[in-house]
Amino acid sequence: MKKDAIGDSLSRVDGRLKVTGGAKYSGEYKVPNLTYGVLVSATIASGTVTALDTRAAERAPGVLAVITPFNAPKVPGYQAGAERPVRGLKLFNDNKIYFNSQPIALVVADTFERATYAACLVKATYNTEPFETDFHKNIDKGVTPQKGNYKDYVRGEANAYKNAPVVVEEEYLLPTEVHNPMELHVTTAFWDGDDKVTLYTKSQGVKGSQRSIAAAFGLNPDNVQINSRFVGGAFGSSLRTWPHEIAAAQAAKLVKRPVKLTLTREQMFTQVGYRPLTIQKIGLGATADGKLIGITHESHSQTAVYEEFTEGAVNVSQFLYNSPNVNTLYKVVPLNVGVPAPMRGPGEATGSFALESALDELSYKLNLDPIELRLRNYTDTDPERNKPWSSKYLKECYQKGAEAIGWADRKAQPGANKEGEWLVGYGIGCGAFGAYRGNAVAKIKLTADGSVNIQSATSDIGPGTGTSMVLIAADTLGIPADKITFELGNSAFPNAPTQGGSATVSSVGSAVHDVCVALKQKLYIMAGKPADSMEPIDYVAVLKQNNMPSVELTQESKGNPEAQKYSMYSFSAHFAKVHVHPLTGQVKIKKIVACVDAGKIVNHKTASSQMIGGAVGGVGMAMTEEAVFDNRYGRYINGNFADYHVPVNADIQQIEAIFIDKPDPVLNPVGTKGIGEISLIGVAPALANAIYNATGKRVRELPITPDKLI
Amino acid sequence: MSTTKPFTPTDGEDNSNGTRRDFLKQTSLLTAIALTPGTVVKAAENQWDEKFAGVFEKQALHLEVNGVKHELMVEPRVTLLEVLREYLDLTGTKKGCDRGQCGACTVHVNGVRINSCLSLALTNDGKKITTIEGLAKEEELHPMQEAFIKHDGFQCGYCTSGQIMSAVALLKEGHTGSETEIREFMSGNICRCGAYPNIVKAIQEVKGGMV
Ligand code: FES
Ligand code: FES
Repeated sequence: MKKDAIGDSLSRVDGRLKVTGGAKYSGEYKVPNLTYGVLVSATIASGTVTALDTRAAERAPGVLAVITPFNAPKVPGYQAGAERPVRGLKLFNDNKIYFNSQPIALVVADTFERATYAACLVKATYNTEPFETDFHKNIDKGVTPQKGNYKDYVRGEANAYKNAPVVVEEEYLLPTEVHNPMELHVTTAFWDGDDKVTLYTKSQGVKGSQRSIAAAFGLNPDNVQINSRFVGGAFGSSLRTWPHEIAAAQAAKLVKRPVKLTLTREQMFTQVGYRPLTIQKIGLGATADGKLIGITHESHSQTAVYEEFTEGAVNVSQFLYNSPNVNTLYKVVPLNVGVPAPMRGPGEATGSFALESALDELSYKLNLDPIELRLRNYTDTDPERNKPWSSKYLKECYQKGAEAIGWADRKAQPGANKEGEWLVGYGIGCGAFGAYRGNAVAKIKLTADGSVNIQSATSDIGPGTGTSMVLIAADTLGIPADKITFELGNSAFPNAPTQGGSATVSSVGSAVHDVCVALKQKLYIMAGKPADSMEPIDYVAVLKQNNMPSVELTQESKGNPEAQKYSMYSFSAHFAKVHVHPLTGQVKIKKIVACVDAGKIVNHKTASSQMIGGAVGGVGMAMTEEAVFDNRYGRYINGNFADYHVPVNADIQQIEAIFIDKPDPVLNPVGTKGIGEISLIGVAPALANAIYNATGKRVRELPITPDKLI
Repeated sequence: MSTTKPFTPTDGEDNSNGTRRDFLKQTSLLTAIALTPGTVVKAAENQWDEKFAGVFEKQALHLEVNGVKHELMVEPRVTLLEVLREYLDLTGTKKGCDRGQCGACTVHVNGVRINSCLSLALTNDGKKITTIEGLAKEEELHPMQEAFIKHDGFQCGYCTSGQIMSAVALLKEGHTGSETEIREFMSGNICRCGAYPNIVKAIQEVKGGMV
């Protein structure tokens, strides 16, 4: 039998469950005595709710409780001076309203329909206060964030671009974009006595959820059980524990029955984060032969008045290109809106849209090919931290991507390239995202029937984590993949970081690798051979010789201290070919090529899907997605899939993923760098630049809808 | 057409506090079980009337789901999607919007694909429903399910049931003539993970009978 190895194309180990409807997501567990929770949302954007008339709702059939700020049992973690305070919105803890659609009551009933009906009977009286949701009007109120390293950055001289022979100075706008995973956020909570609680909840990190729920209710984390085996997409929206998850547990405690709380699609726009509206100013200065003299990148994005959200929107300008002078500024503008959350390629996707668009503008001013411009400013070491890259193959990305898109057919002159009545354009957009590795633990068990089971409390929100882990284990142990099972999404399993920042394979993959190596060594020693022997042995025979039904091991895996000496990033070059209709402004995206240096690729099949999926997300960012506020009320007017457009099948033609596939020698034993974020970063500018090349119209405000092209 | 004013939550609220109670106080059924007026008032105070109403408002529903006959009592406002997921524990059919905007809830009713969240369960009385759980024959997957696995036509898997149910219907509808036609007629099924190109490949393969 062929040995399954890292670098293969393995079908998903949970594929059968997913295509038969057998995969259970958090809202789908059959729990006896289940009740249903429905949230009632505020209709004002700022002030207080002074009274809630819940009599009709309470009298409605099947209603068990109506929880409000006036009667909610106290959540210990919400109280001042709490030992483990819960950050963010403290739902039902007081009667303050910070944003329109903030929940003001939770109705619990014995069926979903009854809870939904009763929720519409709750009547609120408000004391309305002035509010601000208009970003443009309030941009001057931007502040430098309190937490994190967001201080103004200067390398060399600030605003040096202004004195360069060739200058680009432009502003770019990214509207609010909402994660909108297909699965609605849902939590089913139930208690065993007063101090043990179980949650089936949509989570990217069961250990993080466990800590947060324990903190909220003042419990020992061991008394909190979190299950999240299948997650129907998240893209960052389930990186943290949200107030409605705590509310579900609070309600379950009160009614002494399991409560399932599902957000509506409309609530998905306001309760679980989004990519914030951001305005960026880029200044680029270059010599006549295209050498950058200065980069200035200033970013303002919205945040909530009750919680500060930050992301690395300006980071990419500090290191992606070689420029002696760089300065950046990052400010957030607090508004009466829900708090944002990291969304796929957080910060970097926003920043690279601005930087890569500006670079394209510069290339036309210089009359230089956009790839050539990037090559002239290529940097072989990290100019921000003055460190070598652990690995960087971005030049290869340029070259392979250009070949695959047919860059040679590009005409420099906008509007010069036609196919029939369609204008043809080509564009490039590049990106980088930090390659990380967290501490993770894996437990392995080899049984006498030759099967191997591995457990770690990581998640799979879609990339195929389990499948990659099985391949790493198969490769390391030298046994077929179908002998191996990998379990995740359960807080009782050994510790693993939250699935985010493209770091799961790097972190958990290392733990799986290390625990397999440890098991192998143990078996070699049991067989009386040197631990590092290369000679193949029969693991099952070793167990039998030793009269053991099974052998079990747990191994923690930590980052390599050597890594401190390097700058570690995944790099990408996205290419797009578009057709634009000159009369209607219709854009057909003929082809996207995603060429990525993400280190070693563990499973080509799922990695390609991830790259394609990221590109589709980038198409949404560039072409269709925009959550629109009505600033008279501070409320979204398009909080549903009919009015907020995510790409559908007809929007997508050919997408090709190309991997450089060279292992990173530093970050982790497998050599991976991560692809989740980098798959989206760079897509939007590639499209905007291709559309400019086709039409000569530079769109600096996303999304690029047809009205902006005619 | 009726000229009554459109339903608003406020109407509903008035009804629940007035009409239903009045109805119960006057109903001959209650008289038949010999409740004195005093008892009726007490019943109202204890919300027993609401409990009675809860029973009266349910209606009989006969469904054949994946070849299995079910007899249920459901309220008229319950959707087919909700009956499948919450009453019959067939959670393979997904809820992504509950408004007919995403396709996650696609099932076949008498062989035709519909969004089950847009269909009140009682309007399907006597009909044959096929859900994702009814597609495979025992251990043997439907060719479309095989093709989705082979071409990795999904990531998180949440839209997948709806995609596959739509794809199977598509073959029957004869809308698989070209790649463009497949894309167009699969556009009612959103995949936020962006598996579209692989979904198209899977459908093309099944259409060509190559699985
Ligand atoms: S749940 Fe029915 S179409 Fe979205
Ligand atoms: S596979 Fe996740 S939404 Fe389609």
